[in-house]
Amino acid sequence: MIEVKNISKQFEDGYKVLDNINIVFETGKTNLVIGQSGSGKTVLLKLIVGLYEVDEGSINFDGRNFSTMNFKERKLVRQEFGMLFQGGALFDSLTVIENVMFPLNLFSKLSLSEKLERANFCLKRVDLINKNHFYPSEISGGMKKRVAIARAIALNPKYLFCDEPNSGLDPVTSILIDNLIKEITEEYKITTIVNTHDMNSVMEIGDKVIYIYKGQKWWEGNKTQILNTDNKELNDFVFASELTKIIKSKIN
Amino acid sequence: MRKVFSRPEKARIFFKQIFHEIDSLGINSLGIIIIVSFFMGAVITLQTAYNITNPFIPLYLVGLGTRDSMILEFSSTIAGLILAGKVGSNIASEIGTMRVTEQIDALEVMGINSASYLISPKIIAAIFINPFLTLISIFVGVSGGYISGVLSGAVTSQNYIYGIQYAFEPYYITYTLIKTLFFAFIITSVSAYQGFYCSDGALEVGKSSTKAVVYSSLLILLFNVILTQLLLTHD
Repeated sequence: MIEVKNISKQFEDGYKVLDNINIVFETGKTNLVIGQSGSGKTVLLKLIVGLYEVDEGSINFDGRNFSTMNFKERKLVRQEFGMLFQGGALFDSLTVIENVMFPLNLFSKLSLSEKLERANFCLKRVDLINKNHFYPSEISGGMKKRVAIARAIALNPKYLFCDEPNSGLDPVTSILIDNLIKEITEEYKITTIVNTHDMNSVMEIGDKVIYIYKGQKWWEGNKTQILNTDNKELNDFVFASELTKIIKSKIN
Repeated sequence: MRKVFSRPEKARIFFKQIFHEIDSLGINSLGIIIIVSFFMGAVITLQTAYNITNPFIPLYLVGLGTRDSMILEFSSTIAGLILAGKVGSNIASEIGTMRVTEQIDALEVMGINSASYLISPKIIAAIFINPFLTLISIFVGVSGGYISGVLSGAVTSQNYIYGIQYAFEPYYITYTLIKTLFFAFIITSVSAYQGFYCSDGALEVGKSSTKAVVYSSLLILLFNVILTQLLLTHD
């Protein structure tokens, strides 16, 4: 479980991007953070993983206060993290298999054959076979995301963070990635946080949905509740497209 | 800097990276160093020979002039400036691209000290390999001078060989190697800094690459003066 308690973040130019956010991200569930571009959801995710520092408040990983930890203490907690970045963030100079083996090489005491076995298992888990010796530049966007997921789960993480996992992907591949994230979350009992503004993802995997609006937590619920909410700002966001408007009229 | 030189994650991986960087930053620069040094040596020899018009000045000074010019200035400073262009832009754009594509963030989230992981092997590799590049540059430059001087008839083989052995000051080699070590540190650290703190976007990667070359070249020129003053003005 990840607890975000009263966190606020202000940038150097004085712009307060997040204001007094309180969220509990539950274990074994896919927790979706949704909101418009610029609402502060990426900053929230970067605060949680420690890429930014909080101005106020704290972030607790199963009771451990991450905000007050030093680099060495954070390092141990971070080895329980897996993260899927928007663009995949695969290392260009490494092949697919080397990318997946990267955290294993640094943080595990496995032998080379065991590391290879684990990396192959993770790649098989994301349905990516026969691409081991390709470089990231030689595979598609969807494959890059799958390699990034395989790398993220290589060390059996307790926490999985996904920043816009569907950006730049076609609807079919998006659903595949969404389902993969949900399956992995449930299979390994991981606390997963997904940042997205894709309503398809919300309806596919939204066990818990948090709506961030202008730097504040505006709404919290699940994928069923989101369709029936009377929260104006959330409705404007959820039913922004013609397609969702049609769906809503059919529901009503 | 403290972050850069903190203890690496795994010694085996760290040494592997150093060897990779020696190959990438050093061995891959060998070609350009050889070409530039050869032609620098050749031009110095021809210019010196054609400017000696006084019959009382012995022609073996052509060899001596080429040797000392290469040792004192060209093989360390000029080669340093060339490496600032080649290696500096390479480091800044490589690390800058890693920054904008979130690869550095990925390292940080994994709990890896990204500054140490990415930068220290480059600095150590350059400090190790650049003195060898300088020594090769001196040898190739002096050889280039010999070939151009003898083939053009500007100086005889005997005169040139006598000149390059005449009044040899071994300390000059120490001096040039000390300069090379400083320049290697400047090129790698300045370029890595520019790449590491690159802002978002492809344009910014280009800017950081340009800044890396300009700042490291200026610092090389400045330190060249300071080190020359400090190292060559002893009794």
